[in-house]
Amino acid sequence: MGNSRSYQLLNMMEVDMRMKNLMVSGLLVALITSPFVVNTASAAEQIYQMGLTYRTGPYAPNGVPFANGFADYLTLLNERDGGIGGVPIVYEECEMGYNTKVAVECYEKLKSNRPAVVIPNSTGVTYQLIPKTAVDKLPLLSMGYGRTSGAVGTVFPWYFNFPTTYWSQATAVISYIGAEMGGMDKLKGKTIAHVFHNSAYGKEANPTLKVLAEKYGYELMLLAVDHPGQEQKATWLQIRKKQPDYVFMSGWGIMNSTAIKEAAAINYPMDRFIGNWWSGSENDVLPAGAAANGYRSATFHASGAETPLHEDIKKYVYDKGKGAGDVGRIYEVLYIRGLLNHIFAMEAVSNAQKHFGVKVPSGEQVRWGLENMHVTAADWERLGLPGFAEIKVTCEDHEGGHPVLFQRWDASAKSWTVISDWIPVMRDVVRPMMEADAAKYAAENNITPRDCG
Amino acid sequence: MIYRETGQFKPTYQSDSAVFPIAQDRWVVIAFVAFLAIVVPFFGSEYLFQAILVPVLIYSIAAIGLNLLTGYCGQLSLGTGGFMAVGAVACYKFSTAFPEMNLVVVLLLSGVVTAGVGLIFGVPSLRIKGFYLAVATLAAQFFLNWLFNKIAWFQNYTPSGTLTMPPREVFGVLVTSAAAQPHHRYLFCLAVVVILALAATNIVRGPVGRAWMAIRDMDIAAELIGFRPFQTKLLAFSVSSFYVGIAGALALALWLGSVETAEAFDINQSFQVLFMIIIGGLGSMLGSFIGAAFIVLMPIVLTNVMVYGLGFEAVTAKHFEFIFFGGLIIFFLIVEPHGIARLWQIAKEKLRLWPFPH
Repeated sequence: MGNSRSYQLLNMMEVDMRMKNLMVSGLLVALITSPFVVNTASAAEQIYQMGLTYRTGPYAPNGVPFANGFADYLTLLNERDGGIGGVPIVYEECEMGYNTKVAVECYEKLKSNRPAVVIPNSTGVTYQLIPKTAVDKLPLLSMGYGRTSGAVGTVFPWYFNFPTTYWSQATAVISYIGAEMGGMDKLKGKTIAHVFHNSAYGKEANPTLKVLAEKYGYELMLLAVDHPGQEQKATWLQIRKKQPDYVFMSGWGIMNSTAIKEAAAINYPMDRFIGNWWSGSENDVLPAGAAANGYRSATFHASGAETPLHEDIKKYVYDKGKGAGDVGRIYEVLYIRGLLNHIFAMEAVSNAQKHFGVKVPSGEQVRWGLENMHVTAADWERLGLPGFAEIKVTCEDHEGGHPVLFQRWDASAKSWTVISDWIPVMRDVVRPMMEADAAKYAAENNITPRDCG
Repeated sequence: MIYRETGQFKPTYQSDSAVFPIAQDRWVVIAFVAFLAIVVPFFGSEYLFQAILVPVLIYSIAAIGLNLLTGYCGQLSLGTGGFMAVGAVACYKFSTAFPEMNLVVVLLLSGVVTAGVGLIFGVPSLRIKGFYLAVATLAAQFFLNWLFNKIAWFQNYTPSGTLTMPPREVFGVLVTSAAAQPHHRYLFCLAVVVILALAATNIVRGPVGRAWMAIRDMDIAAELIGFRPFQTKLLAFSVSSFYVGIAGALALALWLGSVETAEAFDINQSFQVLFMIIIGGLGSMLGSFIGAAFIVLMPIVLTNVMVYGLGFEAVTAKHFEFIFFGGLIIFFLIVEPHGIARLWQIAKEKLRLWPFPH
């Protein structure tokens, strides 16, 4: 009896082992075969667009409204117009979690589907994709971020960064501050601090601010904040000691709201604290509560208001239950940025369709569409966003030289209000710097600048 | 039956102390490397090379490097990311400062520079042991990344601080920059991995490796029988850093093309490589490869299976990926705490007896 029981036990163990082996071998088979199972869905008559989104990871709170804007605009086009130029759009997200390595894997995986316009959605990823897209002949659009000198279209034919680069934006901020002080000559002897995200993105504005410091005679304090930016005590201690006349911030994600809270904690006047346009969304000011009242940031569009585009999104997307997010959040700054990204991308596709008379334009043709983009006031009217500024891209200039707006946060009304006119950027300062940097890149990478004629 | 050593005589000392003393092992490894070198370049897609094979190969080098230090010499290090950053920065500086320099020379120099840095950060290891040493190496991780981010000279004063690898050729074939053919990069990477892995295997089989293992198993006993712990540990730190540095240089040159050191080689990178050797197998060459393949492939496989196989949304798949990936690590650690390499060893024992286990 005892014997048979132990035999049974042994038998059970053996079965158990066999199960285990089966599981292990099953896993191994999955492991070996799956990397080769990559999406091959691509029909003839469709426009493919991929979204490198980050709904997870340290910057997810900003990534979610962005990604929702991406998705909703394409859903709107499909639902309302049957796609773009009558061709349906197929949209696929690839979740990269704001991690450049994952983003590159996404890009390699999906590029064979020939996305209409590659939107990198992070400055770090942009740097990775600039050389890759040029080889793969896919247009790359980083809307208001990415490599500044990429605006030089002769060296970077496949890369676009309109409506304005970090460098141009920094010049607009300085002239805005100058105007507020009563003239650019008043900047002499003053101190301006730049609190920046210690990454490729945050550092971009530094060279321009240095050049302007020499030109206008203000003293520049450069204060780096390391990723993700929750620890800023030392930074704001320095600001408290030195009491700079203005603080300009290039932040992202949690860094922005932390900075606003820290500024309030040292009683730094909020009306002398200005963010760049990635430091000016609802996510940045809401956590700071009433303390954020009066905080200003750059922007290139209004937000919070009902527009014909929003009405259409509600009617065609959310009322049909096809919205990607929450209908209450479609007026937010970052959601609108997400929409704008795909508005530009699809305008480029539409330009290419009209000019070349094709249904599904090639990468080369969409690139032409981006390079010849001219969004006039009438176009904005048609797109449902009246009052947005004109954008004109040329062969040499992929930046568009767009002026900058400033907005102020009202903590009691919980809304951003645009408070300035369009502040022009100092192209005479920025353009030679861009050309010098682009020439250096061309020399290092054996690129012969093309002739724009 | 298949895996039987009967009849394999070793008439000389050389044949007895060969890397692969069993003929079957030898032939399988040679056949596998030949398959990777000759067959794969013909059918592989760009995605397979660029997103899977090249990262696995590069991480294998990093894992071998850390395994030499942690698995063989018993010194826990969390500075791998920092040392990879040293390799990448050195590679960038050498190749931009001396455009004529051959990429192989650049890689070797990057390894040597990293070995030097590793040597410096290895000094505390004489006094500090175990977890405390891990904290000391953590300082290397943070200090090095801070340094490369702070001093603009390391980035050649580019406005954004991003290192971009210029195009370089090896034997007349372009291997770096986006214009390089993916299979060329892959083959170059494979060649580097084969050479470095062979070298590492021989180091750990020789007197140096024995000294490391003696220190690992009990440093006081090792000291008493005549090993000098300081020199032995420092040697382990520098050889390990040499490997890790080359992995960092390759990550910049062949895989990513352009790198933000603080982002690409952050603390997560250190943990990732440490997980590779823990899951693969501490003190095992095979384990380094298996661990690297596991950590690189598993998230990709999970995402692809869930998105394309099961039709999940990308973000949902990502959330599940975190859960499954964590779960799988725990599963493997429970099933085989000595790493996946140990599973292979057990399989080998069984194969020897198969099909007559009793």
